Amino acid sequence: MAVVPVVARSRATRSTDEQSLLPNSGSGGRAGFWLYLIPGFALFLVVILIPLVWNIYLSFTEWRGIKPPEFIGLDNWVELAGDTKFWTSFGNSIAMIIAMVIVPTLLGLLLAAMLFDLVGKKFGGRVASFLRATYYLPQVLPVAVAAIVIGWILRPENGALNTVLAAIGLGDLQHNWLGSPDTALLSIMFVMVWVQLGYPVVIFMAALQRVDPELYEAAELDGANWLQRFRWITVSIIRPEIFVVTLTCTIAALKVFGPIYTLTRGGPGTSTIVPSYYSYSEFFQNQQVGYGATIATALTVVIVLLTVVFIKAQNRAERAESER
Amino acid sequence: MAVIAPELTVAEPEHPLKLRQRKTRRTVSDWLILAAAVVFGALIAAPFVIILINSFKSPADYATSGPLSLPSNLYFDGIAAFWERVNFPEKLWNSFFISGMVAILAVVISVFNAFAIGIGRVRGRTWIIVLFLLANMLPQEALLYPLYYMFKQVGLYDNVWSVIIIFTVIQSAFGTYLLSSVYGTFPKEILEAASLDGASRWQILTRVIVPISRPTLAVLVIFFFIWTWNEFLIPLTFLVSNANQTVPVSIAVLQGDRLMDVTTTSASALLGLIPTLVFFLIFQRTLTRGITAGAVK
Repeated sequence: MAVVPVVARSRATRSTDEQSLLPNSGSGGRAGFWLYLIPGFALFLVVILIPLVWNIYLSFTEWRGIKPPEFIGLDNWVELAGDTKFWTSFGNSIAMIIAMVIVPTLLGLLLAAMLFDLVGKKFGGRVASFLRATYYLPQVLPVAVAAIVIGWILRPENGALNTVLAAIGLGDLQHNWLGSPDTALLSIMFVMVWVQLGYPVVIFMAALQRVDPELYEAAELDGANWLQRFRWITVSIIRPEIFVVTLTCTIAALKVFGPIYTLTRGGPGTSTIVPSYYSYSEFFQNQQVGYGATIATALTVVIVLLTVVFIKAQNRAERAESER
Repeated sequence: MAVIAPELTVAEPEHPLKLRQRKTRRTVSDWLILAAAVVFGALIAAPFVIILINSFKSPADYATSGPLSLPSNLYFDGIAAFWERVNFPEKLWNSFFISGMVAILAVVISVFNAFAIGIGRVRGRTWIIVLFLLANMLPQEALLYPLYYMFKQVGLYDNVWSVIIIFTVIQSAFGTYLLSSVYGTFPKEILEAASLDGASRWQILTRVIVPISRPTLAVLVIFFFIWTWNEFLIPLTFLVSNANQTVPVSIAVLQGDRLMDVTTTSASALLGLIPTLVFFLIFQRTLTRGITAGAVK
């Protein structure tokens, strides 16, 4: 699961009045409501905040999980900076961003517009809804199971893909798709596009319902072709959704773990390693807890920074839009 | 990563897209576009079909006819072998129990939080929401080892409750965010009327707010259930013994098993995907009703 709702939207609630919606008849006035936050806060403290701070602390220690952690200052961080395996894993994160954000968003935009604007209009909403549900199908699968489905298709001996290639006379292209370093990452990228595509399609189609049909008609009368209407009406109106999809999927791409674990365990070599899997393997295979914590903390920093930058950019764009 | 957003439910088969009545003459290029969309859909669905076909094939049948032909006769041994190997009913129950518990507990926590934030409008509520959302945003690895250590200390390691507690917190972060904005626009007149009748805060929450927002809560329950069902890293780390594993974990763990023949692997994938497909089909309607009634967005 990877849903990060848009923090930017909660700005809307900020400007509303400061009064509680309930008249002050109960005990303690507005402050009395804090009682209701206690269970949530207590659990949050134990499950999120303390482990997070602890993990940051561990990133400055040498710990193999048995004897108490030994404080070593910045040593892990210095090691991380020079660790080619770590930089490879981040490079692969960029590949995941291409596969889980850029390709699905662009393709999803096109598919959603096509389904809504052309298929929906000419062939009825049911046809469009059915196709949308088909595109969405891989999204309901547990990602570990999705990976198994694809891993099974890509297996080198009598896997479905190699068999198809042989059957259509392209036997020369048969390959150990996940097992050789030159194609392993690309294969995983394909899996992720397949898994992710339905999400933007569904969100964008829902967003398109907001578009006033008269806008399209007016543009059509003015002689705008489909591509122009797509660019100037569709894309500009659903910009908030494009932002949501891009942000949530980028975070998901940086966190990706399940498919790597089930399909390749980072291999062959380090060709498909990602930060999340690297830190997991440091924790539980190499017993280098301190170093694993360093990787996890670095990943956290990247995600938090990226989110802040994203939301700032979005707010600026929104302001520019409203001033126009 | 399976990303499911509540927006998914805004448009539904029951609500044909707005422009349907303007159905105009279909040109050749319209048919070409439809064909392209259908072919694309077929490509996306192809892996499901391939899995379905091969789950019912014998290994001999597979060896002679390959993965693309229909089974020459129905063969259930692959499914049966996997079913018994992992004790599938047990895994199904584990997944069901964990996801169900998380869904209920996380909604309760979300309601409490959102009551204070959305209705009570406590000071600093924007920051409280942002803080809670950390739970959703952080990579789980950044919590993994400390949680692993903590649960070992208190004897909850390799116990389904460790996973239930963790996901209750993670899911309720999203619930708090969503419900706070829903409750923030709760009709004030209803609250005032209840308050004039002498209802206490607790009574207003349980007898007025919760019943009125039930459709939204149902949506949250379903999403939390599916999200928790699909989780991988934390169940993999915390539920090490066979008897505690969830469906996705047990399937993934078995992949390393060299004894698994090709059709059994296929059968395991089929058994892994069926439950989620069933939920999806059953709950589509509830989800729509929830969205329209709760006016989420």
